[in-house]
Amino acid sequence: MQNTKRATLILEDGTRFEGKSFGYEASTAGEVVFNTAMTGYPESLTDPSYEGQILVTTYPLLGNYGVPPKREKDDVSEYYESDHIHARAIIAQDYSFDHSHWQADRSLAQWLQEEKIPGIYGIDTRALTKHLREKGSMLGKIIVEGCDDVEFYDPNKENLVAKVSTDKVHEFGSGDKTVVLVDCGVKHNIIRCLVRRGVKVVLVPWDYDFNTIPYDGLFISNGPGNPDMAEKTVENIRKAMTTGKPICGICMGNQLLSKAAGAKTYKLKYGHRSHNQPVRKVGTDNCFVTSQNHGYAVDSTTLPQEWEPMFVNMNDGTNEGIRHKTKPYFSAQFHPEASSGPKDTEFIFDDFIKLL
Amino acid sequence: MATNVNSEIKKVLLLGSGALKIGEAGEFDYSGSQALKAMKEEGISTVLINPNIATVQTSDGFADKIYFLPVTPYFVEKVIAREKPDGILLAFGGQTALNCGVELYRSGVLEKYGVKVLGTPVQAIMDTEDRELFVKKLDEIDIKTIKSEAVSSVPDALEAANRLGFPVIVRAAYALGGLGSGFCDNEQELIALTEKALSFSPQVLVEKSLKGWKEVEYEVVRDRFDNCITVCNMENFDPLGIHTGESIVVAPSQTLTNEDYHYLRKLAIKIIRHIGIVGECNVQYAFDPQSMDYRVIEVNARLSRSSALASKATGYPLAFVAAKLGLGYGLFDLKNSVTKETSAFFEPALDYIVCKIPRWDLGKFHGVRREIGSSMKSVGEVMAIGRTFEEVIQKGLRMIGQGMHGFTGNKEIAVEDIDKALAEPTDKRIFVIASALEKGYSVDKIHELTKIDRWFLYRLQNIVTTSHLLQDFNSLEDLPADLLRLAKEQGFSDFQVARSIFKSEMKNNAEKYNLKVREYRKGLGIVPVVKQIDTLAAEYPAQTNYLYLTYNGSENDITYLHDHRSIVVLGSGAYRIGSSVEFDWCSVNALLTVKKEGWRSVMINYNPETVSTDYDMCDRLYFDELTFERVMDILDMETPHGVILSVGGQIPNNLATRLDERGVNILGTTAKSIDNAEDRNKFSAMLDRLGIDQPRWRELTSFEDINKFIDEVGFPVLVRPSYVLSGAAMNVCSNPDELERFLRLAANVSKQHPVVVSEFIQNAKEIEMDAVAQNGEIKVYAISEHIEYAGVHSGDATIQFPPQKLYVETMRRIKKVSSQIAKALNISGPFNIQFLAKNNDIKVIECNLRASRSFPFVSKVLKINFIDIATKVMLGIPVEKPHKNAFDLDYVGIKASQFSFSRLQGADPVLGVDMSSTGEVGCIGVDTSEALLKAMMSVGLRIPKKGILLSTGSAKQKADMLDAAHQLHNKGYRIYATTGTHQFLNDNGIPAVKVYWPSQADMQPQALQMLHDKEIDLVVNVPKNLTPTELGNGHKIRRAAIDLNIPLLTNARLASAFINAFCTLPLDDIEIKPWDEY
Repeated sequence: MQNTKRATLILEDGTRFEGKSFGYEASTAGEVVFNTAMTGYPESLTDPSYEGQILVTTYPLLGNYGVPPKREKDDVSEYYESDHIHARAIIAQDYSFDHSHWQADRSLAQWLQEEKIPGIYGIDTRALTKHLREKGSMLGKIIVEGCDDVEFYDPNKENLVAKVSTDKVHEFGSGDKTVVLVDCGVKHNIIRCLVRRGVKVVLVPWDYDFNTIPYDGLFISNGPGNPDMAEKTVENIRKAMTTGKPICGICMGNQLLSKAAGAKTYKLKYGHRSHNQPVRKVGTDNCFVTSQNHGYAVDSTTLPQEWEPMFVNMNDGTNEGIRHKTKPYFSAQFHPEASSGPKDTEFIFDDFIKLL
Repeated sequence: MATNVNSEIKKVLLLGSGALKIGEAGEFDYSGSQALKAMKEEGISTVLINPNIATVQTSDGFADKIYFLPVTPYFVEKVIAREKPDGILLAFGGQTALNCGVELYRSGVLEKYGVKVLGTPVQAIMDTEDRELFVKKLDEIDIKTIKSEAVSSVPDALEAANRLGFPVIVRAAYALGGLGSGFCDNEQELIALTEKALSFSPQVLVEKSLKGWKEVEYEVVRDRFDNCITVCNMENFDPLGIHTGESIVVAPSQTLTNEDYHYLRKLAIKIIRHIGIVGECNVQYAFDPQSMDYRVIEVNARLSRSSALASKATGYPLAFVAAKLGLGYGLFDLKNSVTKETSAFFEPALDYIVCKIPRWDLGKFHGVRREIGSSMKSVGEVMAIGRTFEEVIQKGLRMIGQGMHGFTGNKEIAVEDIDKALAEPTDKRIFVIASALEKGYSVDKIHELTKIDRWFLYRLQNIVTTSHLLQDFNSLEDLPADLLRLAKEQGFSDFQVARSIFKSEMKNNAEKYNLKVREYRKGLGIVPVVKQIDTLAAEYPAQTNYLYLTYNGSENDITYLHDHRSIVVLGSGAYRIGSSVEFDWCSVNALLTVKKEGWRSVMINYNPETVSTDYDMCDRLYFDELTFERVMDILDMETPHGVILSVGGQIPNNLATRLDERGVNILGTTAKSIDNAEDRNKFSAMLDRLGIDQPRWRELTSFEDINKFIDEVGFPVLVRPSYVLSGAAMNVCSNPDELERFLRLAANVSKQHPVVVSEFIQNAKEIEMDAVAQNGEIKVYAISEHIEYAGVHSGDATIQFPPQKLYVETMRRIKKVSSQIAKALNISGPFNIQFLAKNNDIKVIECNLRASRSFPFVSKVLKINFIDIATKVMLGIPVEKPHKNAFDLDYVGIKASQFSFSRLQGADPVLGVDMSSTGEVGCIGVDTSEALLKAMMSVGLRIPKKGILLSTGSAKQKADMLDAAHQLHNKGYRIYATTGTHQFLNDNGIPAVKVYWPSQADMQPQALQMLHDKEIDLVVNVPKNLTPTELGNGHKIRRAAIDLNIPLLTNARLASAFINAFCTLPLDDIEIKPWDEY
């Protein structure tokens, strides 16, 4: 039997789930969200969009293949989506204390300890997920046996985009064309996907006025939390729209572009976090299985005349992307860069590059 | 926004897969049934060709027209000419249907009759089936395949192998489940295997072996709009080198990273698009455990065993969806049939793990090789669902039903050389790993020998570690609750816990300690929870009734009403020799009647190849164990009105007494009566009391007693040991030598292990009585006769119904005796009695108070559903006897057995008292000959065109076959005969070519050579006595016939009947008539 400390998840409505600690032994708090993906915990944990959140994996087994080494390739993480874990904690039914994979250089538990992130197993994550589905995403805290209690923490009250964004301008790759990539919490695979297509990427902070620098196309990244907090980015996008240069956005980028266009966003009851969200391209028979991770969505009915929905979620009909009817502006709520998840929509990058 | 589908399709022909055989089993009943359901929903009329009469798909209400005919181009063309269907579905009947469809396409039959192939185009099928085309096709899109060379001769194979370098793998093209394939380490092995493979297929492939790579599969779906999804991926526990049908398989994959998973997924979609599948296919990969290098092993452009497993593993009805896509729908038009709200265009997210484990029955065969490899030998499989790997593997190992309690806590298996047994796996491999871990082998060492990924081994080691922790305690009271809970989370049964704690005390009263653990843990609140399979990992609400139990959870997904309105039907478990699709038919029909009568129908079963585990078939499906413990867990939650355990074969039947003791309401015949019929002593005493005759028998514990008894009854005798060392459980011994040999080699006689010896009556007819009684009175019955004399297991025998050659007096006596037994046991429900008849004397061999294997056969021939009636009886509904005319048929049904000896290398294809067939067909004809011909051709026999080899056993058997030999001669067949038979034929004026036995090596011509030269296209080899020998002449001839794919008959009576049928009835005179027109 593993010698583990008890750890309790307490939700803001008072519901408690008893589990065991396998990560860093400290208490923590955040917004509790679930993800139904069956693979990809290193990618998810380092995804900046999970900033401030406690990640519940519905797939019961966790840690099977360990964690790949932390190293950089071409100035970005080789295997991760950022340089550190953003989630506040991870919760699973069953943790695999032994792992096996040729790429792994340590276990998930070791990594969590290094990064001071709690992990709990032995919790009925299906019951927890059903609870979150019925009551909506809610705040929660994890109290590890022998550690101090902590207060509930609501990440959505903070400007998480500002928190995770870069504070300096970085350049990646090379090419004749230059793409400004606004870092609202960018996943490294977005950088990799753009660089692989032979463009120079200039990564700028979320509130940086990129209208002052020369570029051929604008790309708004994914990012955590409430899009209403990133008003500065929205203003900059609005300014960029006057130039007519191509604009593309992913996830938070979709929401910010929508806001710049004049539409409204709202918080979903429990969000979309999975690898299997079906999306249909509006007006076509083309459907895509997409990777998603968002708690807020664009209200399609608030889109102005000159804009239209580009993709729609086939399960609940929510907006999955927008486009301008005449100008080269479009965005996707899902993650064409995947990582983790299916790679079926990577063509979004090709479509964007073609416009430059 | 529904798509315009092809509205010209009004009538569709679906090809079934025929009899169950190794590599092609019940999964195609499931996929075919789903396709028929999809067509029905569209208002399309359906025609089904499938001689497998025991299937659910060939039941009333599934297809509009059902033909019990062979799925061969000849018969299918005849049906097409008669029915004029608009479309044909080829993907739902396994390789049999696919091959037949390709032939019909190539010969222009489909075009001639204007039949449109629905779904995947035939060209795409051919691109995946022909290895050379396949490699070329994938080369076009830079997808790596296993480097292989197609050859059509042995020398070419040698050349190719030397070029590629040994070890190589040899495969036959167009073959089912790896038939005729295998690994070769050297030239000798290559020659032997290539020769065999070439007899099945004109083309043989020699490939570089990638032994030790991971094997991963994806189930991919594509619609005509090019939308693709992968419904499921699966990872083999056993690395490449072991056929996927022989592997333990988990879903989803466990050792692939996100990058690995999606890399292979993307390739799978690229492949399906390029090939142009419309519907479903599976892509199998070899995946390097040390890099992201891969090879595509194969693509199956049809529903498969894996797709059935994937459907059950995910809740995504692949066959149903594939059928709809074949009609032209887009995935976006269809709904997720579990949530009923979300789209069918999605990929299921699992929040559990499933584990498939194959079930082998190699112990049933004489001389078979136990090694598992690239060719499939397993006869069935189970699927376990849980929330840890430990839980599912332990559940699964109990489900396979071979006396194992899980991964640990089993009777220790004898392994001479563990290293060798790990490196050269047999059907016992998983238990060899358990032994190795017990003996302190490290994970690394086991990995080195087996190449099984360390992750799985670590997890197995966890189980062993926990069992050691349990063993440190000697009483339940001392056992920490946390440890007990951990054990249950890791899938330990109460029995395993009890055995660890109570150790040797367990021997005396296992049941007592078992129940003690159960009560103790329930007292601690350690009980399983019930979870739903909802395809979306709880993301959306689902009204799903697809359930499993786990200890890894704290909350039930179901709220129970406790209204006592449920009827729980216990299913049949893994398909095995002696119990297969027929009990699934019984289970499904019981569920349908339960529902029809206004009760909530609840199923417990764990076999992914069945229709009864389709969640559409009942109100609640528990995909879980049929152990006493688990059934009680479910009954505790479900609190049903009662339980039906007489429709799922022996597994549920065996639970009767224990469930009864716990106060469970067993519907129908009481547990006490069941015990009175099952217990040999009690049953025998009852027969004596009733004055009913039975073969003399005695339970004996020493050689002296056995000999004394034989002095009384004489040879031959039937010997049934209670403890089997090796080989089959039963044998007929004709003389003292055989008896001695059998008892010394195969069985162990002692006070602890008595042997039952019965008088064996030669040349007796065997007769079956299938019936349903209510309160001891027979309501419906069917008497059928075996074509073979007694001595061939009833599951292997060819059965004729209604009987054509029984005396009226015999029939009358059988009815009378059956009524007496029904009354004495106060039967309420289905039952079966087997009789021996000689002249007009009848003796009872055995009686089972449950549905028998032949229930679907007699129900369908008679057109009276015995299970429907039996279920009503068990529900307490008064049942009327059908009118006497209903039993008066002007046609004949023949049930014939399907053997899979070709897959079982080395096994002697001779029939005996132990069952060895893997499936059966049932065909209807105007007389015995017509029905027999249809049936025999359905199980793979072909009408010979050239020569027939006769070696017809003893003098009596030779005489029995004389008429048949005359018929062959008159028909102009060339007869070859071995020495004795040749002499006999000569003496009787029948010319024959004398051929020599393998033991007469210096004489010419050799029988074996004639077989190799394809001079002979039917072999009749009747063994002289009933004792199989592994090395004899007969064995060699029989084995050669099997390996060279030449039809073989080993029973004189059946051979005579078959020869008479094809000599008197021309093929063209066979009537093509659907079931409902008889």
